Amino acid sequence: MASTQIKAQLNDLLNSMFAMDFLDEQFKQLQMLEDGSCPGFISEVITIFCDDAERILSLITELLSKPVVDFEKVDAYVHQLKGSSSSVGAKRVALVCIKFRNVCQENDKEGCMATLYEIRREFDELNKKFRTMLQLEQQIQALDSKR
Amino acid sequence: MGSVELDSKPTGRRWRLHQSAMVVLWVVVSLTIWAGLHWHIRRLSMRKAEEGLVSMCDERARMLQDRFAVSVNHVHALAILVSTFHYQKEPPALDQETFADYTARTAFERPLLSGVAYAQRVVHAQRELFETQQGWVIQTMKRDPSPVQDEYAPVIYSQETVSYIEALDMMSGEEDRENIIRARATGKAVLTSPFRLLGSNHLGVVLTFPVYRVDLSPDVAEEERVEATAGYLGGAFDVESLVENLLSQLAGNPEIIVKVYDVTNASEPLIMYGPDLPDGFPSPSHISMLDFGDPFRRHNMVCRYSKKPSVPLSAITTPSGVFVICMLVGYIVYAAWNRYDIVKEDCRKMGVLKKQAEAADVAKSQFLATVSHEIRTPMNGVLGMLDMLLDTRLNETQQEYAQTAQVCGKALISLINEVLDRAKIEAGKLELETVPFDLRSILDDVISLFSAKSPEKCIELAVYVSDDVPEVLLGDPGRFRQIITNLVGNSIKFTEQGHIFVQVHMTDHSKLIAEQKPDPNINGYNDDSISTPSSVSANADFDTLSGYEAADTRNTWENFKQFLLLSSHSTENGLAHNSNSEPVTLVVSVEDTGIGIPLHAQSRVFTPFMQADSSTSRNYGGTGIGLSISKCLVELMGGQIWFVSRPQIGSTFTFNAMLQRCERNGAEEIKKDAFDILPSCFRGFHAILVDKRPVRAVVTKYHLQRLGISVEIVGTVDLGISAWTAEKRKMLSGSKRRCIFLVESDSFGGKNGSFSLDQILERSCNGSTLDLSKLFILATSEPEKKKFPGLSENAFITKPLKASTVASRLQLRLGVDLQHSNKNGNNSEGPSLHGLLVGKKILVVDDNRVNLRVAAGTLKKYGAEVKCVESGKDALALLQVPHKFDACFMDVQMPEMDGFEATRQIRLIEKKANEKVKRTGDSETKDDEMAGMDWHLPVLAMTADVIQATYEECIKCGMDGYVSKPFEEKQLYQAVAKLLAPADS
Repeated sequence: MASTQIKAQLNDLLNSMFAMDFLDEQFKQLQMLEDGSCPGFISEVITIFCDDAERILSLITELLSKPVVDFEKVDAYVHQLKGSSSSVGAKRVALVCIKFRNVCQENDKEGCMATLYEIRREFDELNKKFRTMLQLEQQIQALDSKR
Repeated sequence: MGSVELDSKPTGRRWRLHQSAMVVLWVVVSLTIWAGLHWHIRRLSMRKAEEGLVSMCDERARMLQDRFAVSVNHVHALAILVSTFHYQKEPPALDQETFADYTARTAFERPLLSGVAYAQRVVHAQRELFETQQGWVIQTMKRDPSPVQDEYAPVIYSQETVSYIEALDMMSGEEDRENIIRARATGKAVLTSPFRLLGSNHLGVVLTFPVYRVDLSPDVAEEERVEATAGYLGGAFDVESLVENLLSQLAGNPEIIVKVYDVTNASEPLIMYGPDLPDGFPSPSHISMLDFGDPFRRHNMVCRYSKKPSVPLSAITTPSGVFVICMLVGYIVYAAWNRYDIVKEDCRKMGVLKKQAEAADVAKSQFLATVSHEIRTPMNGVLGMLDMLLDTRLNETQQEYAQTAQVCGKALISLINEVLDRAKIEAGKLELETVPFDLRSILDDVISLFSAKSPEKCIELAVYVSDDVPEVLLGDPGRFRQIITNLVGNSIKFTEQGHIFVQVHMTDHSKLIAEQKPDPNINGYNDDSISTPSSVSANADFDTLSGYEAADTRNTWENFKQFLLLSSHSTENGLAHNSNSEPVTLVVSVEDTGIGIPLHAQSRVFTPFMQADSSTSRNYGGTGIGLSISKCLVELMGGQIWFVSRPQIGSTFTFNAMLQRCERNGAEEIKKDAFDILPSCFRGFHAILVDKRPVRAVVTKYHLQRLGISVEIVGTVDLGISAWTAEKRKMLSGSKRRCIFLVESDSFGGKNGSFSLDQILERSCNGSTLDLSKLFILATSEPEKKKFPGLSENAFITKPLKASTVASRLQLRLGVDLQHSNKNGNNSEGPSLHGLLVGKKILVVDDNRVNLRVAAGTLKKYGAEVKCVESGKDALALLQVPHKFDACFMDVQMPEMDGFEATRQIRLIEKKANEKVKRTGDSETKDDEMAGMDWHLPVLAMTADVIQATYEECIKCGMDGYVSKPFEEKQLYQAVAKLLAPADS
């Protein structure tokens, strides 16, 4: 019983994430991958993504806090973040990354700061949801394995 | 328009100024011409008058002179007479009486002389003697006795008219004395200056002639003459009456005035004759000299016109006429010029308007194209989102709403695409491709597109491509498909029952047939007996596909048979046209048994957005743009489209198109690429087809033949069963032909006493006649299947027929192994990604760990063995020859060493290795597998931006292709399929 409830919860969460554009088609592809051979694939990818993003964001923050900003470097990091987020299907983060790159190419520090803040907010939200999701999945697994 | 008028204003004003100047100038010129002409004519007439005057004057002068001379001569004669008879006779034979008598009788000779008299020269010494002789005293002019003088000249003889001067001394008058002296000195007649004559009081002159005693020679000295003078003969000329008399004899007298002057003293001319009137007007005058025989005196005659010469009428009329003509000519030129100007201006305006209109047209097309394009982009977003929405969890109502929205959106997109197409065609931007394509598979596609609709409506949808149409053609498959889709879609829309039949033939045959049977009732004109709908539904059996009557009677079985004959004939000799890229003209006709096109609407069928009437779009939907696009496309393909339609019976749209026969090699290539290659596993099968409709049977046969199945057509089930048993017998006798039995669903239970299905089933249970598993029913619609409850679902082949669906049905039922029979090379149903990737060792290079993980996961899913590295350097380390990787997926953008650089390095390593192998290859041909291979690792770029430039760069640095990131299955498949051989090879 509990298992199905949690599954429903998980489903709702995912649906809301799709509906609110946190995730897109790509994430569905990942889900399809998991169905097949490799269990725990999504959680792995998500974990990598979250760690990676966290790291990149702190790096960018550091770069931007310097008096002279090396925009090229920032741009490279943002590009990386954009790549990984689109790979995961984190649509909103990817979109803000595109915006960030545009701002960054104009060497607009103020804009960068603002966008960085935006990314941070988006990412935190996503991160929170991902964590809930992973927890739910773990619970499901735990319940399944008990049985 | 405003701008047009503005443009012309300044020039117009200048022109108008110019114009009025020209008018004034022309009038002035005309007036000048008038004046010139007038003056000229007046001059001419004046000269004429002058000439007349001269001749008249001269004539008068001459006459006067002649008369005068005659008179003078006569006086001369008298003088001689006196001299002869008075002096040379002794005694003188002359006396007064004789003289008077003689002169009176000869007076007619001297009409100008009022009278003549003879005065004798008497010197003073002889006076007394003389006086006594004569008996009178010499008297002066005043009738006084003459005072003493040196000599006297008393008149002794006188004519009676002047007898009053007898005895007067002529020497006493001043004038006469002078005359006498001059006369006797010169010996010639002399004249006095004019004076008033005694008696008549007329102006006159006195003529005096000397009489000598002896005959003198002309050159005698003056004194001798005086000495020899005996007397003087004198006479008075009455000049006035003389001239008057003369003039009265001449015509035209009153016109001229004649004056005669004595001009001995040139400064003081003395008038001898003429009215003493002043010259009141300027008039031409002429002076003629007169010679009266007296060298001392000069006379002349002045003539002039009595009246002012009138201006001749022609001097007014002629120039006036010319003036009028000038004015008219001027007006004509003016009007013509004006007209020309107006026309020119109009022309210019037209030109401008035309340009504007053209520009507007182009702008319209561009606007349409742009707007359509702009709408399409967001519409794609809308549709995509709707797709996604439909994938989410929706309750039923939501699902329905979303689906409706999606359907509407798709309709809108297709409409926009059509508008865009039309705009493109109008703007001349649409270009046709020339690529090889398979016409038959395109038609199959079109049919399958509509296969969902046709059974709904109980319509039989069929395709037939003549055998002699080349398998592979060069042309624009997309546009070809579009035309046929439009036509078929149209037909489906308007057809409720019956059939839609698409045929493709080569042009030569259809022409032949058309010529053979001209249809007088084409398009329902002059057709008195248009079948009513009831008669159609009564199913009067026509020899068409479905038995319904078709509009174009040329498509009935009779004609169709001829097509078949012709085409089979030409395929037999068909090897003749093997030449490559030969142009072929296809005739495609789409026949339906729909509502037809009303006669009044037939003329505007191909006009965009025109449907038969407004209710049509209400009932059947659609915009009416499809046909016009089809027309444009057909014209682009160098063909024509036309139709035959009869209301309530149906329409047949036919078009021809120029395509090219494709060369064999091309055919091979396209066959590999084409997705739905027909399976060849049915080669050698034999089918017995029961169909009472020959046209339909031919269509079915066509599809079966494409699968390599030979077909025997029979009309009824009975015949079919007997054919079947015959085949069975053959099989028993060793024939390996596999047989199938196809029956049209309407062939059972006919009136012809043929078998019903139940009977067949019964028989098949006996096992004697029919193998049930080989029986197929060709059904037009789902409900028809229910008529045959005894058969499994697999036994039905649902219309519309398509070679591939027939194949899959047969395969399902007969269990033929497609793959197995496909060994000879033709890959049938596309091998999956899994098939390609399973067991392959693949290296994925990406600095982004997330991407790396995802890519690896995806590839793993398809069975590949994946190794991941995070930088180009690591990849190079792994790829040192020899290695065991089958492919490498390389991210383009990486720190330190990007994908391009890494690939270049890999290629460098491979090159070295290959050269080494070549050098040592021959000597060491051991069973070392690696040595024999040419190293070339397929490298695929992974990139987010899939633009051409990136692709070119990929190729340049030695990559083999690219895939977009994140992976899309189809694209990944395409890229991988090119590089990797299937797993089992």
